[in-house]
Amino acid sequence: MAVIRLALVGIMLMLMAGTLQAGAIEVREFDDPVMEQRYRSLTASLRCPTCENQAINDSDAPVSGDMRERVYQMLMDGRADMEIRDHMVDRFGNYVLYNPRLEGRTFLLWGLPAGLVLAGGILVALVVRARRNASARELSAEERARLDALINRGRTE
Amino acid sequence: MTRRLLLLLPLIGFLGLSLFLYQGLSLNPFHRDSALMAREFPAFDMVTLEDPERRVDRSLLANGEVTLVNVWGEWCPECKREMPQLLDLAARGIRMVGISYKDTREKGLGFLQDFGNPFEVNIFDPDGELAFELGVYGAPETFLVDREGIIRYHHTGYISAGDVREHILPEVQKWQ
Repeated sequence: MAVIRLALVGIMLMLMAGTLQAGAIEVREFDDPVMEQRYRSLTASLRCPTCENQAINDSDAPVSGDMRERVYQMLMDGRADMEIRDHMVDRFGNYVLYNPRLEGRTFLLWGLPAGLVLAGGILVALVVRARRNASARELSAEERARLDALINRGRTE
Repeated sequence: MTRRLLLLLPLIGFLGLSLFLYQGLSLNPFHRDSALMAREFPAFDMVTLEDPERRVDRSLLANGEVTLVNVWGEWCPECKREMPQLLDLAARGIRMVGISYKDTREKGLGFLQDFGNPFEVNIFDPDGELAFELGVYGAPETFLVDREGIIRYHHTGYISAGDVREHILPEVQKWQ
């Protein structure tokens, strides 16, 4: 019996250690499920400025905690998602956006796929037109004579 | 012949793009400009570390002098390592203002006692409120504020003696 009790205590301690570790990123309670959803998507789409490739909802860096707190406060203040993102970009730069905005520095990122599709379309159109022109053109008398000669040569051999 | 050369165009384009993107691989993502570059130092109204009664605001930094604003904390080992360089800068007559970042008053004052105080005054920022406005993501960070109170240069992390020579002094001279 004592052994089972000891084992139970051991298991409970292990479970508690787990919850303590998870405590590095705080849990926030929301009454409104829409708010909660917005909080989740905002903190998932903002990048921690000091860690490489971690969203602030996934990082225990102090600055991420401050940013989550600010997101929460601004949501409670009734600010729009756009305002909250702008607020962060104003302070920490475009780096914090996982979804880069379309601007001078990112034109290649956004423009290249569209540009390549456009260039490919033009190329295909040009090739198709060239082929259509080529097949529509009549053979000249000289070409016809050469073609006949070639065909006949093939037959006689 | 020209048609043949035209066929090389996609290859040339591809190589050019590759070269451009390849350069990006060697960039350090932490060497990025502060979002506040060329913007006014954010407004604040806070007390100083030295005197809880003394309030300071933005006019502290727009007084016709180039100022280096250094964000430090007692908990930050890199801040201790850069103190000799900051004392050297102050000894050269450069105006220094500190931001005591996420410290208690006792710890902040103890730090200055132990490692020297190159700062004319220290803004007391226990909750990191002003540091957040500055987009500080780790201490130490240093901002150069020009005579009109506009941020002109930003250094993230520890300032070495080499950084003083190569970056900080030339920038201070540039804006003086």
